[in-house]
Amino acid sequence: MKNRINDILEGFGSAVTLAWRAFASLPKAPRILKRIAEHGYYSGYTTLPIAAILCFFIGAELALQSGLTLRHFGAKEFIGILVGASMARELGPVMVAIILAGRVGSAVTAELASMKVYQEIDALETMNIPPERLLVLPRLLAVLLVMPVLTIIGNLIGWFGGAIVCAQVSFIGVGPEAYFQSIKRYIEVKDITDGLIKAEIFGFVVMLIACNTGLRTRGGPREIGFAVTKSVVTSLFAVLVLNYFITKVLA
Amino acid sequence: MTAALAKFKKPDLRSMREDRSPAKVEIVALSKSYGRQHVLHDISVAVVPGEIFTIMGPSGSGKSVLLRQIAGLETPTRGTVTINGLNPCDPTTRDRFALALVFQAGALFNSLTVYENLALYPLERRIYSKPKIRELVMRALQILSIENAAHKLPAELSGGMKKRVAIARALVMEPQLILYDEPTSELDPIMSATIAEIIGTLKEQFSVTTIVVTHDRELSLTISDRVAIIHEGRLRTIAPPAALRHTTDPVIQDFLNPQIDIQHPRFRKMEANHE
Repeated sequence: MKNRINDILEGFGSAVTLAWRAFASLPKAPRILKRIAEHGYYSGYTTLPIAAILCFFIGAELALQSGLTLRHFGAKEFIGILVGASMARELGPVMVAIILAGRVGSAVTAELASMKVYQEIDALETMNIPPERLLVLPRLLAVLLVMPVLTIIGNLIGWFGGAIVCAQVSFIGVGPEAYFQSIKRYIEVKDITDGLIKAEIFGFVVMLIACNTGLRTRGGPREIGFAVTKSVVTSLFAVLVLNYFITKVLA
Repeated sequence: MTAALAKFKKPDLRSMREDRSPAKVEIVALSKSYGRQHVLHDISVAVVPGEIFTIMGPSGSGKSVLLRQIAGLETPTRGTVTINGLNPCDPTTRDRFALALVFQAGALFNSLTVYENLALYPLERRIYSKPKIRELVMRALQILSIENAAHKLPAELSGGMKKRVAIARALVMEPQLILYDEPTSELDPIMSATIAEIIGTLKEQFSVTTIVVTHDRELSLTISDRVAIIHEGRLRTIAPPAALRHTTDPVIQDFLNPQIDIQHPRFRKMEANHE
């Protein structure tokens, strides 16, 4: 138990140090623009299709569940606001972060852990090229650029999924015009920006955990697998716990 | 005031690198422990600039650990390592000498081609222009006769080729000190001889201090100026190869000329010692 607590504290400390070191080399960011673009493209390209499909079905599911309940109160016209706000404030950023952790975070951990195990990180250190600048900073900046875009797309697709269900399911029967009118009337800019703030924090945390877990890997090839599992589980845990506290702060 | 400002001035790598003289390495009373496991005990060595200094010893004697302390990858538990009087672990002074480490398994960047592997250091350090970097990389590839591998990925290379690429990558860094970790391990005798020739030639051509960690007897006794033997984490001796051939120390004799005795196998004695 004591070792486990030590391990958690050590992991937290090393993540903070890693972020500090990475951002200390921020003045050299113009030199890594190409890498930022590459990682941004990779993060967006791998996350977008699955995030889009998931957000579509989450929006559809929300509309269906809301419809099932609200029809008893004659409040079906509020389905739009329910789906819209839930997607923008909560489910959009959370779902995108979960997919980011599963697709991109796991791949980043595997890559960095493998570089660590096969001494590529040591090679960089002997060259006096800080791994934080070459490997971590571009990924952190890329994810900060990509997350808002992914979240906005996820929100729009989720709303669209809800609209289809509202129009096509017979016991709901709310047309797209009324549905989007409800979203337009009740959703505030703050709902969207709160969601985007969450997305930025989640993206940053997921990528930091992925990089930190990868770079802390010790041992052989078996540990690479353990590191990937640890990275994904820690990221999901962090996203869901942080979600509560950020919501509380933003509220 | 001027001195205080100079402290914050960005160091000019090119002017620092004008000093191309081979590096001097000094290890004083170095000990290294991992928790309760003591790996190195009170090692003191001075490596003369320009020499080939070989560190030999049985597996697990602490040779590679010592090399990692010299490379600045780990901090000694006690004692000091200095290269030209500077601490290799200190990132603020690390640019003042050029050190290259050739790893046992090459440690090539698997996602980069051979050319990109070699060009990474000068590109990242921004020491030269791109045409000059290209020239530097192609020259290193030519010296090691691996120009044809320039656009291959490390996964497409044989073990011997990987070692040569790793040495070429070290050359591009224009080092004052090259460290080799088991450069001939997992290689056939001909390729081992080739690598030994390369190490010797580079020392002559580029006037570089060379530290080789190996348990290859032929390599160490052929190319070294001096050989250090480490046994159970302690420095047993430092001597020129000729003196080692005629040593009377039974441990060194046994290490350099092991006799195969099936009637009284060595591993039985090891088991008995452990018990």
